[in-house]
Amino acid sequence: MLAGMSGDAQAHRCFLQRLGIHLRSFYRRRLSGWPDDVEDLVQDTLLAIHDKRHTYRPDQPVTAWIHAIARYKTIDLLRARRVREALHDPLDDEAHALFDTGAADATEARRDLDRLLATLPDRQRRPIEQVKLEGRSVAEVACATGMSESAVKIGIHRGLKTLAARVAATPRPPTKVSP
Amino acid sequence: MKTNDLIDLLAADVVPVRRHVAARRLALGLALAVPLSVLMMHTMLGVNPALGHALGLPMFWVKFGSPVLMALAALPLVARLGRPGAATRAAWAAWGSPVVALWVLGLLALARAPAPEAATLVLGRTWAVCAENVALLSLPVFLVAIWTLRGLAPVRPARAGAGAGALAGACGAAVYALHCPEFTAPFVAVWYVLGMALPVAAGALLGRRLLRW
Repeated sequence: MLAGMSGDAQAHRCFLQRLGIHLRSFYRRRLSGWPDDVEDLVQDTLLAIHDKRHTYRPDQPVTAWIHAIARYKTIDLLRARRVREALHDPLDDEAHALFDTGAADATEARRDLDRLLATLPDRQRRPIEQVKLEGRSVAEVACATGMSESAVKIGIHRGLKTLAARVAATPRPPTKVSP
Repeated sequence: MKTNDLIDLLAADVVPVRRHVAARRLALGLALAVPLSVLMMHTMLGVNPALGHALGLPMFWVKFGSPVLMALAALPLVARLGRPGAATRAAWAAWGSPVVALWVLGLLALARAPAPEAATLVLGRTWAVCAENVALLSLPVFLVAIWTLRGLAPVRPARAGAGAGALAGACGAAVYALHCPEFTAPFVAVWYVLGMALPVAAGALLGRRLLRW
């Protein structure tokens, strides 16, 4: 994790992948009733941890830091759910039996990050798409778009920040009950 | 979007992180907010004309010094509230201990005074405005503390808001002490403490709204 914090991309990816696996089992245990929310929450938390990684201090146990964030995100979800469910009629129970997709399909999160991505300004979206979707290096993207390398990096960085903020701001799509 | 795609995306964003964000934000913010608070005190209330004389009174140092100590204790408190998993109990205790000292001083002074004077010692001449002025003067620092916390990751938003209020209230009280014409321990123990408690309560209420991430 520390290598990732000082700018080692490979180490950071490795850290995030292991973190994703860890978080998935952490949330599965706590949200056994709502398997569909687990992957959303894993993505939320990965974004949050990436975005807030400057609040980690090397003299602190990593697990305490991660679990505090994961717990916060769980509480946030539960609160959002309570507000939402107060608005719906209790159709949820029957609908659950009809539309239960089970944990197997849960790897595809319901909230469409791609759609949120589309709302970013060009300078942030294009570097993200090209580096991510097309797997190009920062240098290639810089060459292709005529942006400087640091502009590409800044675009990715700011874009991710905006994305994280929008994820936090968007209400979750209603679960299970389809019209 | 699949989680693995998200991870690839995040891994592409590997700007080395800047350290000591909390310390930097607090330092910069306080450098602006404290002078602003002093300016507010100067234009709206005016510095105590007898301040030069007051500097020689131990009571001035009690009512100015204890909020300063509390503000110093609240700095690490705010920083810790913004770090997931950091313990805050000791920092809260450090912030609160001057209050206990003030109460002890106040009670001692009341116990020694003759009964008819007790009300004057507690109420002074300005009890009606003290707490609200302290709260008002704490506003600039309150905003700075909230801004600092928003750059961090407060996992308990209500408590973090209260912590922001703790720092703000202490700063507000220290600034107000430069105007305040009262020099009795019971007065400080009641009205200063109340003034400092107001931002704490406000922060606890607003925290959940202002500090979500």
